[in-house]
Amino acid sequence: MAKKVGDRTLEFSERINVISYGNVVGKFEGEGPLKSCFDIIVNDEYFGEKTYEKAETKMQQTALNSALQKGLLKISDLNLIASGDLLNQCISSSYSVRDNDVPFIGLYGACSTMALSVIVASMSVECGYSQYAAGVTSSHFCSAERQFRQPLEYGGQRTPSAQRTVTASAALIVGKKKTNITVKRIAIGSVIDFLVTDANNMGAAMAPAAVDTVVHYFNDTGTKPQDYDMILSGDLGAVGASIFRDMAAEKGYDMQNIYNDCGLMIFDNKKQDTHAGGSGCGCSGAVLTGYVLPRLASGELKNVLFMSTGALMSTTASQQGESIPAVAHLINFTGE
Amino acid sequence: MDYLYAFLIGGAICVIAQVLIDKTKLAPAKIVVLFVTMGVLLTSVGVYQPLVEFAGAGATVPITGFGYSLAKGVENAVRQNGWLGIFTGGFTASAGGVAAAVFFGYIFSLISNPKMK
Amino acid sequence: MSINKSNYDEYVKKKTPNSPILKNCIKAFFVGGAICVIGQAITDLCIMLGAGMTEVKIITPIILIFLGSLLTGLGVYDKLGKHAGGGSIIPITGFANSIVSSAMEFKKEGYVMGVGAKMFTIAGPVIVYGVVASMIYGFIYWIVNIVF
Repeated sequence: MAKKVGDRTLEFSERINVISYGNVVGKFEGEGPLKSCFDIIVNDEYFGEKTYEKAETKMQQTALNSALQKGLLKISDLNLIASGDLLNQCISSSYSVRDNDVPFIGLYGACSTMALSVIVASMSVECGYSQYAAGVTSSHFCSAERQFRQPLEYGGQRTPSAQRTVTASAALIVGKKKTNITVKRIAIGSVIDFLVTDANNMGAAMAPAAVDTVVHYFNDTGTKPQDYDMILSGDLGAVGASIFRDMAAEKGYDMQNIYNDCGLMIFDNKKQDTHAGGSGCGCSGAVLTGYVLPRLASGELKNVLFMSTGALMSTTASQQGESIPAVAHLINFTGE
Repeated sequence: MDYLYAFLIGGAICVIAQVLIDKTKLAPAKIVVLFVTMGVLLTSVGVYQPLVEFAGAGATVPITGFGYSLAKGVENAVRQNGWLGIFTGGFTASAGGVAAAVFFGYIFSLISNPKMK
Repeated sequence: MSINKSNYDEYVKKKTPNSPILKNCIKAFFVGGAICVIGQAITDLCIMLGAGMTEVKIITPIILIFLGSLLTGLGVYDKLGKHAGGGSIIPITGFANSIVSSAMEFKKEGYVMGVGAKMFTIAGPVIVYGVVASMIYGFIYWIVNIVF
C-alpha cells in the first residue's frame, strides 16, 4: 500500500515504475541546447494539419505513440490516459484520445500538467484501476499565442521577464512492471497567490507555489536538497528560478547547484532570444522525458525531484484585474 | 528641412510611446488608444495644428495624427452642417484610412498565413 | 527581511530585469522617424504629380496603410516591431499591422466569425476612442462656435 507521509506527500514504496516515455518538439526547440534529447523534431509548425490546435492534438498522439512503442505496448494495454494542455477546455487532450477507447481523465493544471498527469496515472496504478496508465501533456507556441496573447504577425515587444511557450508534447507510461526507474513519492501542491498581476512575469507568480510545495515535501519526508542529484522546477524561467532560490534559502533549504529549471534548460536564452526562458506544459514534459528520465535509466542520475509549476490565470481574469494564482506538483523519481 | 522636422518630431512621438511601454507595462494597444485620444485633445486646444504645419508627416503619420484628422473633420463638418457634423465629421475625414485598413486586412487574410516565430 | 505576500511585489520589482529603455528608445526614434520621412516623401511625390492638398491628405495614409499591410502579410512587420516597439506601433502602419495580423490569425475560424469579427480586436479600441473623443470635441465646438 502507498503510505501518506506528513500532510502533502504520498510514498509508493517503489511499486510504481516508469515503463516508457516519449516526446515530440518543434523546430525551434530542436535548435536549442537539448536538441539531441528529443525523440522527434518536427519542422512544420502545422504538423501537416490545417490549424495549430489540430497540430497540437497530433503532437500528443505522436508523443504517446512514441512512448507506447518504446514500452512495447499497444494503446489497448492502457487502462487510463490522464492528460491536459493549455487550450480552452483542454481540446488538444480530449481530441487526441477520441478514437482510442481508453478511459480518459482531462486535467487542467496549466504548466503543472506534466507532474499532475503522472501523479494521477501513478495513483490509478497504485489503487489497482490500471495495469498501465499514461500521463500526457502538450503546448504549442502558436496556439498559445493566439489564445493568450497576440496574433503571430502583430508587431509587439516583449519584456525581459516574458517567457516563450515551448512547442512540445510528452507522454509517460507508468505501471507495476519492474523497470529501473521508480515513482517513489509524489506531493500535491496547494494554490498559492502572491498577488502578481503582470502576465509577462509568470515566473514570479509561480515561484512561491514551487517553494511552498518543495518545503512541504522536505518537511514531510525529513529530507534536504543535498539528498538529491537534481531538483528541477518546471518553467519558472530566469526571474522565477532566482526568486525560488532566494525564498527556499530563506526557509533553510540552500539549493546550490543541485537546482535547475526546465525553462532555462530548453532554450539558450541569449542565442535564441527567448528572454527569461521557456514555459508551457510541454516545457517540463520535454525536459523530463528527454533529459531526466534517460539519465535515470542509464544510472547517471539516481534520485531526482521533478516539480512542474502552473500559472492558473485566464485572459478573462487578467482583464478583470485579477492576480495570478499558481500551483506546483512534485514527483520524486529514483533510479538504480 | 521638411524631412528633418518630420523625422525628429515623428521619432520623438514614438519615443514617448516607447517610454510608456517600458515604464508602465501597459499593453501597446492601450498606449495607442491613449495617443489617439491625446491627438484629439491636443487638436481641440489648438496645439496640434501648429505641430502639423511645422513637422508635416512627422505629426500626421503617428496615430496622434489620426486623432488630429478626426478632430479636424468634426470641426469642419460642424461649421458646414451644424450639430449633424458631430456625427458625420470624424468618419468622413478618416474614411479613406479606415476603409483601406479593412480592405487590405481582408485581402491579406485571403492570400497570406501567419508564420511561426 | 523575509519575503512574504505583503512585500512580494516590491521584492519582485527588484528581481525583475528592466527593459533596456535607452536602447529601445533609440530604435523607436529612428524607426518611427524613418516611417514619418517615408510619409513625407509620399506626400511630396503626390504633390509633384499634381494632386491637390485634399487628395494628398487621403492618399498618404492609404499608401502607408498598404505598406504596413504588405509588410505584415510578408511576415516582416512583427520582426520590425520586436526591435522598434513604439517606433512601429505608433505610426499609422502599426494600425494597419494590428488589423491585418488579426485578420490573418483568425482566418482559421472562418471568414465571417474569424476574419470579419476578429479583425478589430486590437485596432477597434483606437477607432472607438478616437471617434468618441472627436464627437465630444465636436459637441463642445458646436456649443461654443455655432450656438453662441
